[in-house]
Amino acid sequence: MQVKTKILFVSMAMAAGLLTGCSSVDLNPNSAEDIAMMGDPATNPDHPLNQQSIYFAFDSYSVGADSQDKMQAHARYLTTHPNAKVVLEGNTDARGGREYNLALGQKRSESVKDRLQLLGVPADRMESVSFGKEKPRALGHDEESYQENRRVDIKYLAQ
Amino acid sequence: MQVNRRMFMATGVAATGAVAVPAWAQLRIEITGVGANQFPIAIPQFQGTHNSPVDIASVITADLERSGAFRAIKVMGEIPAEDLKKPRGPFWQTMGANALVVGTIEAITETRFATTLRLFDTVKGTVLTEKRYVVDKADLRLTAHQMADDIYEKITGESGIFASRLAYVLQTGPKAYELIVSDSDGENPKTALKSNQSIISPMWSPNGALLTYVSFEANKPVIYLHDVRSGERRLIASFKGNNSAPAFSPDGKTMAVALSMGGGTHIYLMSTNGTNVRKFTFSQGIDTEPVFSHDGRYVYFTSDRGGSPQIYRQAVDSRLAQRVTYNCDYAISPAISPKGDRLAFVSRMAGAFRVTLLDLNTMAQTVLTDTVRDESPTFAPNGKVLVYATEERGVGVLATVSLDGRVRTRLTGRRGDIREPTWGPLLNKI
Repeated sequence: MQVKTKILFVSMAMAAGLLTGCSSVDLNPNSAEDIAMMGDPATNPDHPLNQQSIYFAFDSYSVGADSQDKMQAHARYLTTHPNAKVVLEGNTDARGGREYNLALGQKRSESVKDRLQLLGVPADRMESVSFGKEKPRALGHDEESYQENRRVDIKYLAQ
Repeated sequence: MQVNRRMFMATGVAATGAVAVPAWAQLRIEITGVGANQFPIAIPQFQGTHNSPVDIASVITADLERSGAFRAIKVMGEIPAEDLKKPRGPFWQTMGANALVVGTIEAITETRFATTLRLFDTVKGTVLTEKRYVVDKADLRLTAHQMADDIYEKITGESGIFASRLAYVLQTGPKAYELIVSDSDGENPKTALKSNQSIISPMWSPNGALLTYVSFEANKPVIYLHDVRSGERRLIASFKGNNSAPAFSPDGKTMAVALSMGGGTHIYLMSTNGTNVRKFTFSQGIDTEPVFSHDGRYVYFTSDRGGSPQIYRQAVDSRLAQRVTYNCDYAISPAISPKGDRLAFVSRMAGAFRVTLLDLNTMAQTVLTDTVRDESPTFAPNGKVLVYATEERGVGVLATVSLDGRVRTRLTGRRGDIREPTWGPLLNKI
């Protein structure tokens, strides 16, 4: 059971790596040792936690079960590092108006904040904001680009 | 429907090389589709144009033709001397003109110019307007626009919109954004703000002195108030979470904004310096994009409290909102006409986002465009024309459309995508 979960997580991490086009994510954010090795996510862009964006289905604003492991990895870091603070940046795909999409992106970032709170992270160490459709990572008008942009990025703030 | 595509330079503007679009101009205007019953008018070059930094006649010609209500009779060269003494009505009538513009321009000093305008009805043989302006060199284009407004009003009975300014956002790269202020014809573009993050939702203050906008330069949306003349700006809303969608009340004293500091996105009212913040909308959904009605008594806004985004209206002293749009399953980005009788918004139908007009008296609804990615419609100061953002071949452009849908123009930025237009008020006479 344990092995199956690990493999599932690693392939998801690889898939996330492919989607984001980031450098390879070999470290397992579930492993406390790996996390400790990589230092502060606020100053190390290659930190595994910086590759863990949360993705959303079309018209959806709740964190899916498939993001559970990512959420736990962030929650584990934040609860064990009392000075760490994050900004949760919500994004939407390119369809629709700018202000309405700003608010839809906010629904996503607030959803992630709520979930992290349930996992023990104090609310005052998180701020949820939105970029709406202003900061797309993928620029195409196809479903793959849209999916890449329906996400929340968790950014660790330098202390 | 006959679509008549013309570059406005190729119309009856005098062929002396007085070009209406200088080589450095950032916007290009195409007129597609023309209204019926165009008034034929002759606008010879003003006497003294060869010594003038601005060809006033060609600015007036471009304005009047762009309105779709006028057709300029092709004229070569400066106004003949005899017409300056006494306009020859019958002669110009045989040229096909129902009115003749007689103008002069001369330098008084190196920086001050005197320019005169006389509008002559060739049929009745009467003078419709006669004015003399003494202005700084830098204000000559504005004076030309004011003359065009004067002519437009005398002939059509409606106020013109040429002496006004647009503001819009230009994006030239993934990290290169500018907030631009230009004349209503796209000329004289000036950069009010340069940023490597997005700028959205600019809006002119009612007196045309300030712009408010949302900037992402702090890695989240915050609201600025920007003095256009001095270039100074002040941060007026930077609460926790998002700060966006700013709108001025008609008296310029109150702003409505969308804030997420209370959880979710809701509309708040506040003073223009960011104090006295009070919650205005109370729903379980998203409330955003507030705009005040022309009399300041209501705020129209977008809300998805009913499931899908629709336009609602709430009195300024009330907590209850009424739904206004019913005939589509997605309506956002409201704009109210200056007289309060029309609502423009963007509807989504079968995946196409289109500017739509709702008559608030009859509730008749018309889709005004045939493009599919329209955004942010806003009314011109005379309420007869809408400017909005759309996409053409993947490039962001601005477009205008008359309320009857018949006269359209396209403004394309030479340097990148342009979007988020806001139309400023008529500029006071100098």
